[in-house]
Amino acid sequence: MLKTRIIPCLDVKDGRTVKGVNFVDLRDAGDPVALAKAYDSQGADELCFLDITASHEGRGTMLDIVRRTAEQCFMPLTVGGGVRSASDLVQLLRSGADKVAINSAAVANPAVISECAAKGGSQAVVVAIDARKTGDHWEIFTHGGRKPTGIDAVEFAMEAEQRGAGEILLTSMDKDGTKSGFDIPLLKAITKTVSIPVVASGGAGSAADLAPAVLEGGANAVLAASIFHFGEVTLAEARAAMTDAGAPVRPFET
Amino acid sequence: MTSLVLIDYGSGNLHSAERALRAAAEMCAAAVDIEVTGDADRVQKADRIVLPGVGHFADCAAGLRAVEGMESALQEAVIHSRKPFLGICVGMQLIAEWGLEDGKTPGLGWIAGDVDRIKPGGGLAVPHMGWNGLSLKQDHPVLAGLGDDPHVYFTHSYAMVPTNPADIAATTEYGGEITAAVARDNLFGTQFHPEKSQRVGLRLLANFLTWEPA
Repeated sequence: MLKTRIIPCLDVKDGRTVKGVNFVDLRDAGDPVALAKAYDSQGADELCFLDITASHEGRGTMLDIVRRTAEQCFMPLTVGGGVRSASDLVQLLRSGADKVAINSAAVANPAVISECAAKGGSQAVVVAIDARKTGDHWEIFTHGGRKPTGIDAVEFAMEAEQRGAGEILLTSMDKDGTKSGFDIPLLKAITKTVSIPVVASGGAGSAADLAPAVLEGGANAVLAASIFHFGEVTLAEARAAMTDAGAPVRPFET
Repeated sequence: MTSLVLIDYGSGNLHSAERALRAAAEMCAAAVDIEVTGDADRVQKADRIVLPGVGHFADCAAGLRAVEGMESALQEAVIHSRKPFLGICVGMQLIAEWGLEDGKTPGLGWIAGDVDRIKPGGGLAVPHMGWNGLSLKQDHPVLAGLGDDPHVYFTHSYAMVPTNPADIAATTEYGGEITAAVARDNLFGTQFHPEKSQRVGLRLLANFLTWEPA
């Protein structure tokens, strides 16, 4: 049977990882490539780089990081942040990314999803949705959750699927940073609507928080940043907690 | 020194496959010269051939056929000269007779059967994306030493349905049984991505590098 993926996410700014990282035996905790290798050897099922670079120069640096990571880590790599067009997607895929996450550009112009799927194939296109509860529904926010769009998250997820997205990376802006667990009602609303895989993001505070996203929320994968970076939860602990709760993960021996 | 060509016809996973093959060659100390090429003549002369592929069957088939002389070079090297061949993902699907993704597209026809959309039971998501276990159906050298309960990375919405079940080398369970690998004579193909399957994948690639089909 298909196993639930555990995906550590690294925020990268101008070639350096932001957010604290607390790994033993790591000389340079700010080096995304070294961190990717560390996660690789701990048995991450996939890795996600989120490029939060503001400058144009930093973009080239990101491509180099993707290239060097892909040389050493033989696992799926998703890269997101600032992807505006199909040509951005192609550039990232050529550098070694397997999947590219599109967020603001897809919300501003959903045709970008179709263009990306035509260029890279659906399997390479992840549509990242940042949603916040507004009244009785979930609304998409962009620009790091600051800018409301008036777009309904469930409807947009359906459109993303129709336009050829291969996966949805769903972040709850209400839960992100709270460490109080994933947003189960939001996950349920999306996973019962679309038939493509959904990655849960935002809110993981402990190893015990991971399984409910799958068992109750219907997610196919869980993504977390800070609990792994700060060493609060190891991937081995995350795997054990998922298995114990009844959400099987890939067997991995370190 | 043997030569291996990785066929460049614009496929997205070309460089991932190249990097993983190089790592696998280093791992098993295989004396192999790995070349990425779109030159049909180079393909015909190589000792081993790897055909990568991601995305759409019809696009990949058109891309491959757009390379001057490539289809006949492949026929010559793989079918006539029986060089070891590895197809990865859509590169594996292309060796079937027909692809049924958006219409009917002829494949290379080396393995009897179609490539059809997966319809997993139980409301499971499509694409089938992530790590899934392999159930080995052949005692094949390329599948040797993968360890207990080997898991590999899949990402696909279509899969090969071989006419002859004996051509199936491994399956995976996803709301029903899906062809994960096919093998016959000097042909081997994986629906999953060995280049993205960490040590299990590298081991499989290393096995291919040293495989001498009977």
